[in-house]
Amino acid sequence: MIGQDLSVVAPEAVLAVFAMATLIWGVFSRSGEVDRVILYASAAVLAVVGLWVGMAGTETRIAFSGSFVDDGFARFAKVLILFGTAATLALSETWLSRAGSMKFEFPVLIVLSAVGMMTMVSANDLIVLYMGLELQSLAAYVIAAFRRDSARATEAGLKYFVLGALASGLLLYGASLAYGFTGTTTFTGIATIVAEPGPISLGLLFGLVFIIVGSAFKVSAVPFHMWTPDVYEGSPTPVTAFFSTAPKVAAAVMLARVLFDAFSEAVADWQQVLAVLSLASMFLGAVAAIGQRNFKRLMAYSSITHIGFALMGLAAGTEQGAEALLIYLTIYIVMNVGVFAFILNMEKDGRPVEDIGALGLYSQREPGRAAALAVLMFSLAGVPPLVGFFGKFYVLVAAVEAGLTWLAVAGVVAAVIAAFYYLRIVYLMYFGEPVEALDGRMPILHGAILAASALLMVFGVVNLFGVDTLAATAAASLVR
Amino acid sequence: MNSLLSLITFLPLIAAVVLLLFLRGEDADAQRNAKMLALFATAATFLLSLFVLIGFDPDETGFQFVEEAEWFGGLTYKMGVDGISVLFVLLTTFLMPITIGACWNVTERVKEYMVSFLILETLMLGVFTALDLVLFYVFFEGSLIPMFLIIGIWGGRDRIYAAFKFFLYTFLGSVFMLVAMVAMYMDAGTTDIPTLLTYQFSSEPTRILGLTVVGGMQLLLFLAFFASFAVKLTMWPVHTWLPDAHVQAPTAGSVILAAILLKMGGYGFLRFSLPMFPVASDMMQDFIFILSVVAVIYTSLVALVQEDMKKLIAYSSVAHMGFVTLGIFAANQQGIDGAIFQMLSHGFISGALFLIVGVIYDRMHTRDIAAYGGLVIRMPVYALIFMLFTMANVGLPGTSGFVGEFLTMMGTFQVSTWATFGAALGVILSAAYALWLYRRVVFGDLIKESLKAITDMDRREKALFAPLVAATLILGVYPSLVLDVIGPSVASLVETYETALAEAGVRLARN
Repeated sequence: MIGQDLSVVAPEAVLAVFAMATLIWGVFSRSGEVDRVILYASAAVLAVVGLWVGMAGTETRIAFSGSFVDDGFARFAKVLILFGTAATLALSETWLSRAGSMKFEFPVLIVLSAVGMMTMVSANDLIVLYMGLELQSLAAYVIAAFRRDSARATEAGLKYFVLGALASGLLLYGASLAYGFTGTTTFTGIATIVAEPGPISLGLLFGLVFIIVGSAFKVSAVPFHMWTPDVYEGSPTPVTAFFSTAPKVAAAVMLARVLFDAFSEAVADWQQVLAVLSLASMFLGAVAAIGQRNFKRLMAYSSITHIGFALMGLAAGTEQGAEALLIYLTIYIVMNVGVFAFILNMEKDGRPVEDIGALGLYSQREPGRAAALAVLMFSLAGVPPLVGFFGKFYVLVAAVEAGLTWLAVAGVVAAVIAAFYYLRIVYLMYFGEPVEALDGRMPILHGAILAASALLMVFGVVNLFGVDTLAATAAASLVR
Repeated sequence: MNSLLSLITFLPLIAAVVLLLFLRGEDADAQRNAKMLALFATAATFLLSLFVLIGFDPDETGFQFVEEAEWFGGLTYKMGVDGISVLFVLLTTFLMPITIGACWNVTERVKEYMVSFLILETLMLGVFTALDLVLFYVFFEGSLIPMFLIIGIWGGRDRIYAAFKFFLYTFLGSVFMLVAMVAMYMDAGTTDIPTLLTYQFSSEPTRILGLTVVGGMQLLLFLAFFASFAVKLTMWPVHTWLPDAHVQAPTAGSVILAAILLKMGGYGFLRFSLPMFPVASDMMQDFIFILSVVAVIYTSLVALVQEDMKKLIAYSSVAHMGFVTLGIFAANQQGIDGAIFQMLSHGFISGALFLIVGVIYDRMHTRDIAAYGGLVIRMPVYALIFMLFTMANVGLPGTSGFVGEFLTMMGTFQVSTWATFGAALGVILSAAYALWLYRRVVFGDLIKESLKAITDMDRREKALFAPLVAATLILGVYPSLVLDVIGPSVASLVETYETALAEAGVRLARN
């Protein structure tokens, strides 16, 4: 039996062993020699494991007495997480080296965080869920403060740690309530209790709300978003890139699994909560970003808006909603990786620049990069024919079908407000005031990732690269 | 040739990609090559589109040249034209080479300029040929991106404000349409436009937020589409983005904006609002008539006091679009015939008028009316052409402007006499502002020092106007060219509209 169980968690196990092996390797090697090798090796291993998970069959496998599930939904999310992590990790080397912070612990922590995220999305039990969440978060707290000598980074790390710990505490409290009122921690067990006729017990409802709140912290949905702008701005840029991609997916997918697997019979109870979270996130993210001059802070608010949209799919509470969530997250990750490939190379005289004013008439100096960033901005704004629009389209379809037309209308209005600051980046680059230009040289890898992400956004209009069918299959395996 | 429409639609895009990939450098040769390639591509597109016209059978009321392929997520890639859309395709392909010719003097970022226009052409053609809701939306909204860049990069002094206003205004209008499209998809189970044209959306009263909505779902859908098309067609009072965008846009951008982009709104009314939401259209008829009449009279008066030539013509465009909405929502054969005719004719006339402004702007770099006067002495050919299009704008018989206005008023008169009265008042006012503009710019004494050396139009400029003059005059004396093509489709549109109303039992007493 244990052999079978282990074969289900093989990808996670391989990554965990790899992380520990590199840790030992890094410790025993002479300092600095192997840091870079470990970083790129980790990125490669993450990508390979991503391929492996992606190719691994279509059946649903359950392990460890039902506490760990490996179904299509989890695999879809894992592929996203692994590729997102691999891409952001590969992007980070140049920046870290320039900042003199290239240490082998960085990739090791990121790989461990990836293991945590994979556990989160596969968890079918509240304890496993919490374990995965903590593994992911602890690694994340450390890398947020990875530049020990920078006051901003340590401040960001501390904020992230305190608020993250609070969120974990809330989630844990919710989990204990759920356990107390159902007598079980497995999602299947909770689902049976929830499915019993009559309204669900008040205690369980409290537990559910606390679990949602804890997850909302992790995805930075309003009103639990306060840490996001500060942490995004203060953390080293590669860390920001990482935070804005994979952990968002992991937390959103984890929330989806709790809601769909354990509380699927109580849709009416959590639908409104998510609808409000979604509404508030979309509007606050859209409005608050207008005044931002700092590109990283702007991206923090942008991510809040996008999470609001993703949650709209979740609020639908249907299979279509889960599908829309996955499609939206996939598109969001690709766009964000591209944008951060750009931000990581914004520098002047060897110092990183974060002010968007520095982009003035950038298109005349670097037409290619400016065009790619413009495409990504239009895509983030959700203007067709770029793929960002189709993410929104799927979410809107799910919301309207579930009878949340008001939320859909509010969402598109928020999208128009948000379009303003995305357009501003385009405006600065194409017809702003000329400024002293950025002189950062972009490594080939970064250029390739930026170009690839922009091209994906353009050519996805043909068939979305089949992501929609994959997401549909994945969603079908979640909503039974 | 079953993929003719796709070929026409995407040929400009292919040319744009070729330009982007293979043209290097910013020297004079490279610039000339970019312009030549763009001109060649748009001309080829026009020639290809002639095949559509030749192969088009006006007596068949359904969609022709239909292409269909699977897209994703239950959507289809479906293209086709009927009597209503085919001439808009022709209008677009006809005007594009002229537009490209109009930017021959641009020297700044020429390659990008040409690429923007070529992409814009693809998107505009897509709007008129798409037969799938989402495909339509993609083209409709996509056209904002190149236009935003055209106004923003090559525009005038206040271009930033104008570009943002243009983008956000139209974007806000359109997103409501997107939600409505999603709701239609959910209700009818398809995004196929021909199927939706025969689908009846419920017009039973519904309750929303405690309020009873009389027209039910149909009215809500109608309003959502109305938000988008009214902004696009610049109905009063949501027309304010147009003067700003026009004044700041470069000449070629203004031509496209007035001649084609505005028509997307009118086309949208004809393709979606009228046939798909007949009950709501009927319900809203008086409301739209009021807006249209206000537009005709008010914006004509506003045009009268303008000091900037482009702004004057922009307001005149808004007034002329008032006729279009009157004709469309009169919902009878003459009214709709007239509205389509008016849109096509306005495409030529307003395009020509913006080019006329462009000619002297290129020479004097000002659009102030006060800076001119007595041009007829130095520029006789220019004065002649300006005269012709002024008259066409006023609606002088013998020009295409007359036919459009006359037909719309005839159609409207059968439904509402007061609306026709208001529109007729607008005709008089249009004569006032157009002739006064002409007098101030062209007649009088040539006293301004700066104007003494101004030269008449060169061969390129004359060549640009030649097709527009021909189109305006030919359609003015022989309108059947257009009416024969659109007639049967319009007749069938009116018929289904009347049937739907009769079925819904809200047929109002009319003769």
